[in-house]
Amino acid sequence: MKLRNSGYIMVAAALAIALVSCGKKEETTETPAATMAPSGQPVDAATAGSITGTIKLEGTPPAPGKISMAAEAYCAKEHPTPVPAEDVVVGPGGTLANAVVYISDDMSKYAVTVPSAPAVIDQKGCMYHPHVVAMVAGQQLQITNSDATTHNIHPLPKDNQEWNVSQPPGSAPMMKVWGRPEEAIAVKCNVHPWMKSYMFAFKNNFFAVTGADGKFTIGNVPPGTYTITVWQEKYGNKTASVTVPAKGAATADVSFSAASGD
Amino acid sequence: MLAGNYNKSLNRFCIGMSILTGGLLTAGALVTSNDAGLSIPDWPLAYNSLVPPFVGGIRYEFTHRVIAGIVATLTVVLAAWLYRVESRGWVRTFGYIAMCTVIAQAVLGGMTVIFRQPVPVSVAHACVAQIFFCSLISLSLFTSQWWQEDVTAISDTGSPKLRALAVWTAAATFFQLVLGAAFRHGGSGIGPHLVGAAVVTGMVFWTAGSLRNRFPSSAPFKVCRIVLHSLIGMQLILGGAAWWSRIITKNAPQPMPIMVYLTVAHVVFGALTLAGTVVVALVSYRLLTASLSRAVASSRAQEAM
Repeated sequence: MKLRNSGYIMVAAALAIALVSCGKKEETTETPAATMAPSGQPVDAATAGSITGTIKLEGTPPAPGKISMAAEAYCAKEHPTPVPAEDVVVGPGGTLANAVVYISDDMSKYAVTVPSAPAVIDQKGCMYHPHVVAMVAGQQLQITNSDATTHNIHPLPKDNQEWNVSQPPGSAPMMKVWGRPEEAIAVKCNVHPWMKSYMFAFKNNFFAVTGADGKFTIGNVPPGTYTITVWQEKYGNKTASVTVPAKGAATADVSFSAASGD
Repeated sequence: MLAGNYNKSLNRFCIGMSILTGGLLTAGALVTSNDAGLSIPDWPLAYNSLVPPFVGGIRYEFTHRVIAGIVATLTVVLAAWLYRVESRGWVRTFGYIAMCTVIAQAVLGGMTVIFRQPVPVSVAHACVAQIFFCSLISLSLFTSQWWQEDVTAISDTGSPKLRALAVWTAAATFFQLVLGAAFRHGGSGIGPHLVGAAVVTGMVFWTAGSLRNRFPSSAPFKVCRIVLHSLIGMQLILGGAAWWSRIITKNAPQPMPIMVYLTVAHVVFGALTLAGTVVVALVSYRLLTASLSRAVASSRAQEAM
């Protein structure tokens, strides 16, 4: 009797384990969502202008955190000394790199062009390059591993399907798609916990990411007055109003306060 | 005279299992603090093989899985051993429960990986670990020579009864660990855990104080109260230190080693504190009579035999 009871318990446990093993969430490659508006009107190239500007940090920039990669021999060899964290990258004159600038008004009446070239993120030197990637929802995302060590790339979206995929050294590039528009998708590597990145999937083409000089350009913008939003990893969002003249360039310089990140 | 059938090897095996499980808890805490829980994206295999590349966070996660596998296997051995040699049915049943618990724990561990750490599953995984640890500590006590010897029953005339107080203290400590796990896995803020800390500290001091005031000459209870005071004192210091480490490393790239080590120590001492309160509850049930009249009745029954 006792033996029979023990047998039942073991069978039940085996079934439970099998159930979990088989119950894995389907890894779906999301198709571009219905929120895309391929049938919208194209921007009139004859009147389109652009928005340019520089994103800056006012005040004394915070001392960058130091990333020690001593925990793994390969990464430590790539970076024998601690690497500055990339949450705030300040250039000469307080310019801010890796800030995302986009028109936050409803632009759904305009047709969306999904670029045929993929957005690219590389894992190199045990860091993500670039630190911030912006793309159009539905655009291909190419993930490469240039390191001679294993990484896993693990985004944490709220509106899209979460995934966690490993990429051993020498792997072929991996292709993924964010089907739904979503801002500031945090990306991490659980193998190397200092590796962090952010991805943006926009529902239109009116966005840009600042370069090392803090400058950005959003091109092919219909004339009009718009609200632009600037996102920065540590300092959050800031908005500004800008009027784009026909065939002209509008300037929108936005500054964050260093004190606001405390 | 021994009431059961004391088996020295079995008791040592239980103690060894308890220590190993303490190591498993430490390994699990290291996985969480190093954010390495999903460094191996598949389960039960690792990178579709038995042995993954041993780099970065994979080292923590794979070591945790290996120790877990050893503990699970040895728990099945323990249950079989109890089935063969243990004459007390309730102790055998306890062994089966421990076996089921470790299997449930393995399933929860797999679910955290496969479903990418849903908060309820991660919290359940953390809490079932504590239950399993306590079940092995309890088995170590049940299979000990001391537990199976005849003891002189002590009457508890105080109020509330120490048995009840000890059980409530253990229950409050477990609930506090649930709150701690919820905070650690992003399911809640620190507030409930801080309130829980105050409640548990009060209850532990109440229990330890009752032990000292009511049974000043009882050697086992003296050990119990020293253990309780030491564990709660250490745990409060580690809790404060873990919180301090989070504040001072707030703007640093995480995880910083100081935060990892202090938080892991806090988790491990939390498990030891729970085990301590469970042991005190069990010892109070072993030594104390339910009531004076029942003690007299028991004494008369023994005399009649």
